[in-house]
Amino acid sequence: MDRNQLQRQVALMRSSLIEQVPNPSLPSLKLLVGYLDEQQFLQLEDLQDDVNPNFVEEIVTLFYKDSARLFHNIEQALKSRPVDFAKLDNYMHQFRGSTSSIGAIKVKNECNQFKEFCLAGNAEGCARAFQKVKQEHETLRTQLETYFKLRRQAGLAETV
Amino acid sequence: MATSTSGAAWKSGDVVSDQFPAGLRVLVVDDDPTCLMILEKMLRTCLYEVTKCNRAEHALSLLRENKNGFDIVISDVHMPDMNGFKLLEHIGLEMDLPVIMMSADDGKDVVMKGVTHGACDYLIKPVRIEALKNIWQHVVRKKKNEWRELEQSGSVEEGDRSAKPSEDADYSSSANEGNWKSSKKRRDEDEEAEERDDTSTLKKPRVVWSVELHQQFVAAVNQLGIDKAVPKKILELMNVPGLTRENVASHLQKYRLYLRRLSGQHQTSMNNSFINPQEASFGAMTSLNGIDLQTLAVAGQIPAQSLATLQAAGLGRSTAKPGIPLPLVDQRNLFSFENPKLRFGEGQQQQQQHLGTSKPVNLLHGIPTSMEPKQLTSLHQSAQSLGMNMQVNTHGAQNSSLLMQMNQPQSRGQILNDTASSHVPRLPTTQTIVSTGLASGVLGRNGITNNGRGAGYNPVMQNSSMLNFPNGFPLGSASTMSGLPSQGSFQEEVTSEVKGSVSFAASYDIFNDLNQHKSNDWDIQNVGLTFDASQQSNSIPSGSLDLVHQGFSGSQRNMPVRNQSNVGKPMYSIGDIGHGNAQNTSQHLNTLLGDNSIRIKTERNTDVLADNGFFPEQFGQDDLMSALLKQQEGITPAENQFDFDGYSMDNIPV
Repeated sequence: MDRNQLQRQVALMRSSLIEQVPNPSLPSLKLLVGYLDEQQFLQLEDLQDDVNPNFVEEIVTLFYKDSARLFHNIEQALKSRPVDFAKLDNYMHQFRGSTSSIGAIKVKNECNQFKEFCLAGNAEGCARAFQKVKQEHETLRTQLETYFKLRRQAGLAETV
Repeated sequence: MATSTSGAAWKSGDVVSDQFPAGLRVLVVDDDPTCLMILEKMLRTCLYEVTKCNRAEHALSLLRENKNGFDIVISDVHMPDMNGFKLLEHIGLEMDLPVIMMSADDGKDVVMKGVTHGACDYLIKPVRIEALKNIWQHVVRKKKNEWRELEQSGSVEEGDRSAKPSEDADYSSSANEGNWKSSKKRRDEDEEAEERDDTSTLKKPRVVWSVELHQQFVAAVNQLGIDKAVPKKILELMNVPGLTRENVASHLQKYRLYLRRLSGQHQTSMNNSFINPQEASFGAMTSLNGIDLQTLAVAGQIPAQSLATLQAAGLGRSTAKPGIPLPLVDQRNLFSFENPKLRFGEGQQQQQQHLGTSKPVNLLHGIPTSMEPKQLTSLHQSAQSLGMNMQVNTHGAQNSSLLMQMNQPQSRGQILNDTASSHVPRLPTTQTIVSTGLASGVLGRNGITNNGRGAGYNPVMQNSSMLNFPNGFPLGSASTMSGLPSQGSFQEEVTSEVKGSVSFAASYDIFNDLNQHKSNDWDIQNVGLTFDASQQSNSIPSGSLDLVHQGFSGSQRNMPVRNQSNVGKPMYSIGDIGHGNAQNTSQHLNTLLGDNSIRIKTERNTDVLADNGFFPEQFGQDDLMSALLKQQEGITPAENQFDFDGYSMDNIPV
């Protein structure tokens, strides 16, 4: 019973994360909808197998670790005067690449906003957009952490 | 994946092993660790063997260390240490592997850049596993084309060729390539016809040592052990119908000389690059090496006169750069390009002069762009003055060795030249190809087809769009171009005379005819030339180019330039290289070379010389070498009228 519940929760959360339609039975997940690109994320999950049962989690962990580095670079570039927009664009491009790899839609959208400001040479706009990127980035991290936790619990329940 | 060993695996053009595409060896390069990890996992899921790398430089060194260790490369466009396109170029030039680019950037211009640089595909991030599942097609396609090229030069499956234009167009990255391919095909066919018709020059039925055939030969030799390899056993191992013990014996002799020469000249990395593949496997380079031997053989067929001229010319130049040990491979290739075809007719020479004066590269159309203009000029001039002095041979040898070393990529160009020269540019169509850099190959064809056509080079050469080679190395314009304008000057050269281009190719021919066994010389000369052509950046000593040119010009005159239709063929591939599609080009080169070699029947056509003017400078040396090698291969000793065993590279004082 517990196991089933857990698994259902996992499934629900996942679909909430992916789908646009919030799941009414899990009000806490309402805010999570549309965070992840379904196809991409599902694809990552499909890659999980016996060899890498926690592949997605590993990827996400790696993603967050790498993005911390990129964020640091971006912040430095934003602080420097004059602002090197080429560099900013470069960093953001890298970040955007990995973001889309895990399917983080919202984060990616904010990245696009950032790029617009960057192309326009608007340092202030860039700074603001960057804040948004970080916000979405954090929110997603929380959601995913919860998701993985649930998943682990469900998995453990299975083995029991 | 059985991409390793002999081309036999790909002979049928089919899948190499039963498990294919499982086991495909992929190298993934991306500075983004997240993407890298995802890609690796996806590829593993596709049952590929994955090696991941987050630095382009590291990837290059991995590839260099293990030339045949990978089947395909996937690389990101934006990388901090090296631009993805640059990496793409390097890989194409040096290893001729299919490369897939990928990026989150899906802008049209970026994708176009990928195409022009020779990427065989472009993936938009995030990459889907479905896209990765099919990447094996690029490997097969490439091999198939290579194989087909070889076949064309050998047995000539015209039907296949005609059926494949679309295929080629598909994977070739540049439109030119497509044009060139079709031109080439036409030329191939023409050449074929010519060759058959032109039997008078052939003294005896000659076995064409195609790249594949040579690879089989090398495999057999390696299996037996170079010391224990006897013709009879090799023949048995090779198990090629129609091949006689005598064919194998003479080829073996050449090969031994070639190896000896390699060990003596093995001084630069370039040599290594050329040599390694040869020894190790049947990579593109390998074929080149093999071709060298062939070339030498062919060299024997070159009339002594032309050889002398070439050598004289070449030697004169080589002195300028004595230190460059050209890989024999290149040398051979150069020589194999039907020096005999060098038609250094006076008129032609003059023309060359007119056109070529500005560009030293008369003989070596499109050959090493790095060749100092003056050297080329000197070659040209010397060639002209020499008429067909065979002295060139000696010089040429020197040069070729130097040249060979110089630029591997250029060798390709040379090869193209050779091919170009051998076939007097009869077919204007080839020229179009040249322009794209591929043209060289095309031109080569022209030259080849013009075998035996006396001063008919001009027509072909003129069109040789090779001149358009970005690198300014119209290898193809052999026919009309007396020399190989180092950069962009090809046009003139091309039109000037076939001789010019032929000179390059001619040197091969000449050498062959000269029967001075100085194929070494030629090769060296030629090699140098090609290398330069293919890579401007290469530091091929211009001197070497001179030699080649000299050799060519000289040879043209006296040597019954054998129309090396084959010569033209390799050129095609080289042309590809020119465009930065090193990959493609090298492939083509190889195939071209093979073709050339086949055509290197003793068609003593000075026209050939002209034809050899197709040396797209863009060709990487490797490609050129392969082309050269192929040509050489084609020039079997059987027709060695001059007793040229083709591998007397030792004589060349590099």
